[in-house]
Amino acid sequence: MALHARIRNYTTEFESCRLEAVSLEFGDYHPLKPITVTESKTKKMSRKGSTSSTSSSSSSSVMDPLSSVLDGTDPLSLFAATADPVTAADSTRKKRDKEDHLAVGSDFEPWSSKRGEILARYTTTEKLSIVSKVTTPGSAVSEKVRTRLEELDDLEEGSQKELLNLTQQDYINRIEELNQSLKDAWSSDQKVKALKIVIQCSKLLSDTTVIQFYPSKFVLITDILDTFGKLVYERILSMCVDSRVSLPDNFTPESINDTAKETCLNWFFKIASIRELIPRFYVEAAILKCNKFLSKTGISECLPRLTSMIRGIGDPLVAVCARAYLCRVGMEVAPHLKESLNKNFFDFLLTFKQIHGDTVQNQLVVQCVEIPLYLTLYSPAIDWILQCIAYRAPEGLLTEMMERCKKLGNNALLLNSVMSAFRAEFIAARSMDFIAMIKECDESGFPKHLLFRSLGLNLALADPPESDRLQILNEAWKVITKLKNPQDYINCAEVWVEYTCRHFTKREVNTVLADVIKHMTPDRAFEEAYPQLQSIIQKVITYFHDFSILFSVEKFLPFLDMFQKECVRVEVCKCIMEAFIKHQQESTKDPVILNALLHVCKTMHDSVNALTLEDEKRMLAALINGFIKMVSFGRDFEQQLSFYVEARSMFCNLEPVLVQLIHSVNQLAMETRKVMKGNHSRKTAAFVRACVAFCFITIPSLSSIFARLNLYLHSGQVALANQCLSQADAFFKAAVSLVPEVPKMINIDGKMRPSETFLLEFLCNFFSTLLIVPDHPEQGVLFLVRGLLNVIQDYTWEENCDDKIRIYTNVLHLLSAMTQETYIYHVDKVDSNDTLYGGDSKFLAEINKVCETVITQILDHLKTLGKDEALKRQSQLALYFFNTILAHGDLRNNKLNQLSVNLWNLAQKHGFADTKTMVKTLEYIKKRSKQPEMSHFAELALRLPLQSRT
Amino acid sequence: MGTALDIKIKRANKVYHCGEVLSGVVVITSKDTVQHQGISLTMEGAVNLQLSAKSVGMFEAFYNSVKPIQIINSTLEMVKPGKLPSGKTEIPFEFPLLVKGNKVLYETYHGVFVNIQYTLRCDMRRSLLAKDLTKACEFIVHSQPQKGKLMPSPVDFTITPETLQNVKERALLPKFLIRGHLNSTNCIVTQPLMGELVVENAEAAIKSIELQLVRVETCGCAEGYARDATEIQNIQIADGDVCRGLPIPVYMVFPRLFTCPTLETTNFKVEFEVNIVVLLHDDHLITENFPLKLCRM
Repeated sequence: MALHARIRNYTTEFESCRLEAVSLEFGDYHPLKPITVTESKTKKMSRKGSTSSTSSSSSSSVMDPLSSVLDGTDPLSLFAATADPVTAADSTRKKRDKEDHLAVGSDFEPWSSKRGEILARYTTTEKLSIVSKVTTPGSAVSEKVRTRLEELDDLEEGSQKELLNLTQQDYINRIEELNQSLKDAWSSDQKVKALKIVIQCSKLLSDTTVIQFYPSKFVLITDILDTFGKLVYERILSMCVDSRVSLPDNFTPESINDTAKETCLNWFFKIASIRELIPRFYVEAAILKCNKFLSKTGISECLPRLTSMIRGIGDPLVAVCARAYLCRVGMEVAPHLKESLNKNFFDFLLTFKQIHGDTVQNQLVVQCVEIPLYLTLYSPAIDWILQCIAYRAPEGLLTEMMERCKKLGNNALLLNSVMSAFRAEFIAARSMDFIAMIKECDESGFPKHLLFRSLGLNLALADPPESDRLQILNEAWKVITKLKNPQDYINCAEVWVEYTCRHFTKREVNTVLADVIKHMTPDRAFEEAYPQLQSIIQKVITYFHDFSILFSVEKFLPFLDMFQKECVRVEVCKCIMEAFIKHQQESTKDPVILNALLHVCKTMHDSVNALTLEDEKRMLAALINGFIKMVSFGRDFEQQLSFYVEARSMFCNLEPVLVQLIHSVNQLAMETRKVMKGNHSRKTAAFVRACVAFCFITIPSLSSIFARLNLYLHSGQVALANQCLSQADAFFKAAVSLVPEVPKMINIDGKMRPSETFLLEFLCNFFSTLLIVPDHPEQGVLFLVRGLLNVIQDYTWEENCDDKIRIYTNVLHLLSAMTQETYIYHVDKVDSNDTLYGGDSKFLAEINKVCETVITQILDHLKTLGKDEALKRQSQLALYFFNTILAHGDLRNNKLNQLSVNLWNLAQKHGFADTKTMVKTLEYIKKRSKQPEMSHFAELALRLPLQSRT
Repeated sequence: MGTALDIKIKRANKVYHCGEVLSGVVVITSKDTVQHQGISLTMEGAVNLQLSAKSVGMFEAFYNSVKPIQIINSTLEMVKPGKLPSGKTEIPFEFPLLVKGNKVLYETYHGVFVNIQYTLRCDMRRSLLAKDLTKACEFIVHSQPQKGKLMPSPVDFTITPETLQNVKERALLPKFLIRGHLNSTNCIVTQPLMGELVVENAEAAIKSIELQLVRVETCGCAEGYARDATEIQNIQIADGDVCRGLPIPVYMVFPRLFTCPTLETTNFKVEFEVNIVVLLHDDHLITENFPLKLCRM
């Protein structure tokens, strides 16, 4: 049976089908448009659109949608920020001011961020010991206060167990155990035991053996105290909530009931009777907040008292930590009480001379701790105190503090803390003074490089006066460059690089980098300093967005050579490439940049091996692709091509890069065509052929079969567009011969999926292209179509699947399009079969022959389905075929008409047809019948019965 | 478990003064109805004196303890014999705190040889088959605030090797000079003891400075009297070798129950003292004693 294709006049059909012309407005809303687009990005997008219209698979590299969301404003925080004024509008302005005053703002660096740093910094390998009492359960806890007090005494003088020779980790674990048992005791209502544990813990703070661990110990134990303070406060608060009416946050003591007050008072009396000074201080400070239950002025009376209580602590380190804790609690509970903070600092200054006293010195000798190390132990506490003081403090106070520190013999320890705690702007404005002070400092005490580091950190945040800038750098670097120890040196240099980049040109940066190289190369010192070196690179990149300048910094590449460990090296390369893709606005052909970046990309590429993770590969490929897309030699197409050739040889291990290269080369060919307005000269024709050849030999090296198929097709189209007919044939032939190799299952995002849908999609696409491919004069008619059909025939299709038949049906679409006098579309300057054969009857007969074969195949299949009782599938396929005939067949032909009626009936025969679809189809036929020359549709409609649902 | 008896005093801190009305509820909880022979409530207040073995000897101390001095004692029949319903029953009560004759309601004080204590006791008498139930509960009496204004009596002190008594070899003592003052030795019980102390100089390192609160209890009886000083609490105000020339606060909260206004009666006396104890690193112990006069305002 032959398909008698309907004669189509595509032009009139277009006319009739075309919707009323409505000018599209890509203005306000489009469902597929990204939701957040910032200005700079739209700019980039448009550029990309113009250069790489053909590539869709690799466009993800330049703009990662996820990261672009992140580096923009985070919608949540944005929301929070906008939500704030709303609440503020509710409450009165006055109240808000007051709250500002009472609470610490978010600009105050919280303790929690410091604690990790301290724990990591102050460590020891020496053995530690804990003196603790074996907690004996029972002992008949009587209600009497008296026994309780006796127990407290008992705890202090009673049987004690000493845990000796603990490693640091054991010690930390032990303290964690204590923390846990505190919570347990509390939850099992053993308040006295809980108090005992807290006293135990705070007693550990009076022990200064293994002094280098003391700051960490302080952190660990004050954690427990915080827990305790919170437990007590919440317990008393819960007693106030009688009738499920919770207290407002700013409750007054009058609203507290007597029982709660009495309980609270009890705690204070109990604590007041603790024998030893240090535990008494810490435990009272821990529950400082509870004073709110007793009186309004309680906290403001307690703070000064506790402050002066610390004077009784003899050891200066223990005392300063106690002060830090008090300030910390004070800031949390009553940040408006600034006087105690200042008082704490002044008291500390008064006792400062103790550090150099005999008691301390003797202790250091016993413990074999050097003075510089000892002094650094003070930093966390002093930093914290000064930070509390400096928080929103007036300039005058800061100046006064500084003067006071100066008076104390310009002490380096204090100077360092001042620099790390005070506002960066304040420090930056006085940088020259600070440098002078640092120089005057005593060499033997606090390490000087730490001072310069602190100063550098400030200068990275705030700018010193314009006139001083160069002098500051010179003075600082003079000292830094003299540092002998590479670690000290690099820690300082890392910080100062940022200052240099911020304020100076590439010349200074080059000098600095050269100096770093000089210091870090001997004895391969750089091996120990990769994090710092990496951070230096990052800082340089952050400040130098112009890569032509960056790479003209002579020492930049030699600096990169210091990263000799491969993983670090690749990390650095990635950073550079990310920055390049992010900041490079225009495509470039600068040989310096190209050379350097090719080198960088090569490094990344060469790190890929069998063990590299898929994600890592994807990331590297995306970066390299981003680079490739940014390279443009303008009208010098040949140079461009040779760059691609070079890139191919360099990045052959990363498939996505090869894919990108093929796309780029194809694009180059199309660009050439555009320039020549479709008429290639001899020279451009040769060039285009070279492009095509590039693609042809590159594609087979890809492993992904669909990438290969699509690229063959794509490149074939490009070749066709450039009038390279034989090359196009070669591509299509290659595609055809590749189809049998398509596996049943393919791996997509790590999951195995059936490949048929992809294949179906590809083949349909392929057929559409084949329509316009002219036949080869030496090969037979429809050589490619036949070839493809044979391949489809031989391909082992999934059983129980009708994809093959669907494809056959689609082939019918192609074949009927081929019989038309003029094809629906053409390639400019390429004569398709319609022109070649001019509707020759032999040609049409050939097509009909193919049609017959295909239709026979389809009908056979329908029969088999009927036998196999796969009736639903049969119904669907029948309808599909029916629709094809309806669209493409000439139904005036009786045979075809009868076939369609049969198909219609077959579709409905077993009740598997969707009634709605059938009704719609019938309606469509009736509608069509009203069109001119379609009157035979009316007859057809009469012959198509609708089966009512049974 | 059956029946539970509890006394709840109205005031959370259980503190009452002479002339006030002590009120509260007796709470009886039971699953079943309770059969009883009457419930009574007794209020008692007494001074217990104990002679120390040190002053009168072991034998006498054991046998010759002085008879308690009763201050107040009254009983109240709350419920006549009968039945109480199951569940929770609350029976409110009120006791006027009044003394007979010339007796005085001394302030509650828990000491070693002198104890002044007030209790409320609830008794539920029951038939032979069930045990009687008793619940006792202490309440606290504070004496009336003193009239008039307290005259502060500040004391300055200086401690040097020369000012010390009771020294064996003065020549071996390290040199030191400790100055300071107490704001007042006349103290209000509810207010902390305050003052300042400065270690001007000390040759030896200081180990610790402590405040020792001492009670001095005197019991009189037919055989004479016994006077004993014992420690109530010891509060460290300095730990380690403190900074020279820097004033260290002297601060001590008087513990409740263990201190009361200084008391002087015909039969017994309760007085308080504070010792400033300086402990040097070579284990020298320096003590300075200050008698205190406590009162309630």
